[in-house]
Amino acid sequence: MTPTESAVPSESLIRLRDVYKIYHREKIEIPVLTGLSMEVKAGEFLALMGPSGSGKSTLLNLIAGIDTPSRGEVWVAGASLGALKPDKLAAWRARNVGFIFQLYNLIPVLTAYQNVELPLLLTRLNGTERKKRVHLALELVGLQDRDHHFPHQLSGGQEQRVAIARAIVGDPTLLVADEPTGDLDAKNAEEILTLLQRLNQEMGKTIVMVTHDPHAAERAHATLHLEKGVLIEQEGAAR
Amino acid sequence: MKYLGYITAHLWRHKRRTFLTVSSIAIALFLFCTLRTVMTSFDAALRASADTRLVVRHAASLVFPLPLSYRDRLSQIEGITGVSFGNWFGGIYKDPKNNFAQFAVEVPTFVKLFPEVEMPADQVSAWLAERTSCVVGETIAAKYGWKLGDVIPIQGTIYPGDYRFTVRGIYKGKTADVDENTLFFHWDYLNEAMPAVRKGMVGIYWLEIPNGDMAADVSSRVDALYANSSQPTKTETEKAFQASFISMMGNVSLLMTILGSAILFAILLVTINTMMMAARERNTEIAVLKTLGFSDGLVLRLVGAEAILVSLVGGIVGCVAAWLIFQRADFTAGGMFPNFTVMPQTVGLGIVIAIAMGLVSGLVPALQAGRLRIATALRKVA
Repeated sequence: MTPTESAVPSESLIRLRDVYKIYHREKIEIPVLTGLSMEVKAGEFLALMGPSGSGKSTLLNLIAGIDTPSRGEVWVAGASLGALKPDKLAAWRARNVGFIFQLYNLIPVLTAYQNVELPLLLTRLNGTERKKRVHLALELVGLQDRDHHFPHQLSGGQEQRVAIARAIVGDPTLLVADEPTGDLDAKNAEEILTLLQRLNQEMGKTIVMVTHDPHAAERAHATLHLEKGVLIEQEGAAR
Repeated sequence: MKYLGYITAHLWRHKRRTFLTVSSIAIALFLFCTLRTVMTSFDAALRASADTRLVVRHAASLVFPLPLSYRDRLSQIEGITGVSFGNWFGGIYKDPKNNFAQFAVEVPTFVKLFPEVEMPADQVSAWLAERTSCVVGETIAAKYGWKLGDVIPIQGTIYPGDYRFTVRGIYKGKTADVDENTLFFHWDYLNEAMPAVRKGMVGIYWLEIPNGDMAADVSSRVDALYANSSQPTKTETEKAFQASFISMMGNVSLLMTILGSAILFAILLVTINTMMMAARERNTEIAVLKTLGFSDGLVLRLVGAEAILVSLVGGIVGCVAAWLIFQRADFTAGGMFPNFTVMPQTVGLGIVIAIAMGLVSGLVPALQAGRLRIATALRKVA
């Protein structure tokens, strides 16, 4: 643990203080998040809602440590993300965050097994241990018999479940999901939401999910509404 | 090693593109090995030349002969410890495609002056004793399946006529540089067959001197002796003679270097373009890897390793193909390259060049992949 990590507030898993994110296109400044502050406790399932361009995905990227704020502080899982250098931040992501994309983003040339194994290649686990963990993750998402299938041989719902297996295989504290049901039909969307709910309730994973779908948001403990980069409404337990 | 599966999986994604890239590198390295072997085979001829042997030829050109009468005067010059002579025969064995060198030599002195041509003593004796006999190198004997006692029919071109030589010896070179693709036979046999006007003519004389330091002095004394005769001489070390023989073809070394470099450079540009294209179309995947926690450095190494692997496979295929093909084809280009063998050093250098090509071609895409910003790459897709 780095000195930066040791100075982390212990109550919240995620804490943002006065966060700004401003993009620059040529000489024009485009503010996406403007002075946003929020906290999420460990074990929560939080939904982020808002219209397109409201800054939901940007906020998710900041929480997942794949983007940095223009101003303000982002504390997640014991680390001030702005203080970490790129390599440390990458290592932090590998340890703490599982990312679920709307379009699954599996590597097409790798099998389900190899896709799920990817995060474990960064660990010191040997081949046997990695195999055990990958099978366990695939079993959790109900795809133990699809391990040698390539993404194009799977349905959308199955692809997303492989992506979830990839996100949880390293046993991260936090799962972030960017519209995980956005590309799925209603039945598959339900299955994915149920799976996320199970991961939250049975395995204690903290989940932050961006969604446009109010029905999906109902599965969360709390929902935050964003508009033009500002939190305008809070429902449930999130502060 | 745990990332090897990831790297190779990507190469299989576009099998045709990978195959074409590997093939173009393989062809470039094959040509490189071929061109370099031209140079190393010349070098081998130079290495096989002794410092203590001089070659005397007609000052105007190698095509003009010298009289046999020079032999006695040459052997009387101070510093010369042995004299031998011979003629390039240039005959055809069965088919003009069967190219190998044939020399008519004065056998007793040749055996003494060329100790690097090794044979069992009984074979030397048999060769000395029989005027129509010949000796052949081990390589060429194996190529045509010649054994001791076989009769080799050769049709003369420079010296017209049908000649038949009985194999009495199969020689082996003392070192790998000694050419084992030549047939040596008795000069007397050739001389007898010549019409009166061509009798007693010698192509070149070989002079033996005690040490290489005397070469310049002895050479100038020999040439001074015949300077005012109707058949003046040019004397030089065997090495210089070989070098001048090679230089007759122009600056071969420069030509080969330019050709080889141009081929490698052209293929390098093609490979860079392919690698950049391959990396660019994987921007999203690279962003996903980084999201999973792959560091910029690791991504850079993975993309670079892919380029190096493609180049390395191409290099190995090209270099090993050159080695195998020229070994089996026994290519000599009409006797011009008697030792046309792809050396292990050439294969090694080819593979090093292939790795370097991989490094260079992978550098730009690897740096681009390393610098790729996750959020930007993912935003372009969403």
